[in-house]
Amino acid sequence: MADLPERRACITGIGQSKVGRPSSETPIRLTMQAAREAVADAGLTMADIDGIANYPMKTTEGGGISPVGVGEAMFALGIDATWIGSSTHEGPGHMGAIFQAVMAVATGLCRHVLVFRSVAQAQARLQARGSTLLGGSRGRVEGNNAWTVPFHAISPANMWALYAQAYFDRYGASSEQLGWVAVNGRRNAALNPNAIYRNPITIDDYMASRVISSPLRLYDCDTHIDGCTALVISCADAAMDLRNQPIRIEAMGMALGGIGQGIHTGDFTALPAGRAGDMLWSRTDLKPRDVDNAQIYDGFSILTLLWLEALQLCAPGEAAAFVEGGTRIALDGELPMNTGGGQLSGGRWHGFGHTHEACVQLWGRGGARQVAGARLSAVCNGGYGYGALLLRTD
Amino acid sequence: MTAPPRKLPVLDDLSGFFWTSGADGVLRVQRCTACGHWQHPPLPSCAQCHADDLAPQPVSGRGRVKTFTINRQAWTPGMAPFTFAAIELDEQAELYLFSNVTGDPEAVRTGMAVEVTFEQQDDVWLPLFRPVEAAHG
Ligand SMILES: [Zn+2]
Repeated sequence: MADLPERRACITGIGQSKVGRPSSETPIRLTMQAAREAVADAGLTMADIDGIANYPMKTTEGGGISPVGVGEAMFALGIDATWIGSSTHEGPGHMGAIFQAVMAVATGLCRHVLVFRSVAQAQARLQARGSTLLGGSRGRVEGNNAWTVPFHAISPANMWALYAQAYFDRYGASSEQLGWVAVNGRRNAALNPNAIYRNPITIDDYMASRVISSPLRLYDCDTHIDGCTALVISCADAAMDLRNQPIRIEAMGMALGGIGQGIHTGDFTALPAGRAGDMLWSRTDLKPRDVDNAQIYDGFSILTLLWLEALQLCAPGEAAAFVEGGTRIALDGELPMNTGGGQLSGGRWHGFGHTHEACVQLWGRGGARQVAGARLSAVCNGGYGYGALLLRTD
Repeated sequence: MTAPPRKLPVLDDLSGFFWTSGADGVLRVQRCTACGHWQHPPLPSCAQCHADDLAPQPVSGRGRVKTFTINRQAWTPGMAPFTFAAIELDEQAELYLFSNVTGDPEAVRTGMAVEVTFEQQDDVWLPLFRPVEAAHG
């Protein structure tokens, strides 16, 4: 196991811009805020950064999904990189850029990589609702969307609702159980100054929230924001003398598939992310029971249940009962989950918020939301492209 | 409350047959000539045996609702609720089409028997599915 590339990489610094909905700052300014914070956090200067990567490639369409390019950020920040990467959605999801950075430092292409994820979806919505697929000016749909959009399934909520219904039907799970993913996130977001929604909600509030695409309700869906999260990934040799105790990457896992894109297999009750979970645990001697905090992707609440099972933190069909009541996943529970509020209440940092929060916990910076004795974090991102990390400080 | 206008698909070399199949009232799905495997969406080769020799073949148009969602969010003003579903065709296990189930959304259930019905818009015949009447289901 010692020769795994991820064992030659560490997270050495993190940064996150102020959240906005919308933000008064431009996307490049938000990116610079997060990047400067991350580099300073690591105890480095921009002159030390010799690699840069982001997810996904900049696009001027798509409603602010990726408003800042990797080259643009490099020049704005005065970085002179020898290695430059940008991952796409046709890869292991949001974490693709992190995996690329890990491999870049592990293979000696560079020593310190700035990795960032910028979003400006709140600003884009204000400017033009038509910037999304829904109201887009394109006459016809093609590619994967051609198989769903003609049937009005214009939102990912529609696709994930199919999974939620199938999961409910197969396992007898209920909205009253699923809702605890949202309630738990909101409870933790109240303790996170940079979360977008901080007013507590109860399970009754959840059940009273309007149905978007049955059985998914308003509180099952995350929310668009403007902001940027940045990380510094350093080669292990260069990480030891820096400001923070390096966060070691114990293992990583990745997969692609599902949500009806390409040929669909299975019965809609499990994610192809199970392959990412298998890969993750095949690369470590640690076991799921060793995890003491879990940052589980929650673009939609049902993804959290499916990911808990994909990562083997719950047995198939048991995640709904595991989150029910919110006790076992609470900050003082057996597996504190989405401790910063996740995306449902923290905002759609698009995966990177989960990795950021794992680092907050492992460095003991959580303040009122700190998990006592946090030493091993499981982090996962994605629906379609899937990535998972096991992070540790000890 | 009205149904939203449909965004129509681009008809390309692989998918064109599927979207125009309803012109004669028959649903067709890509099938491998070598091993008989059905697959949807169409691909350039067989996912089962990797043969390149595939052709559209008629199917019964019957299947079951594998899972479904009733969309209640009005994404555009005045949009009516609709049912979006994964239909598992009778021809093969896990042979899924995504489509709409017509009629009362509240009547849709997992496992419900459905049959194809086409809605023509422009040069596209959208395969939709309606509940099979108990009398002949
Ligand atoms: Zn074949």
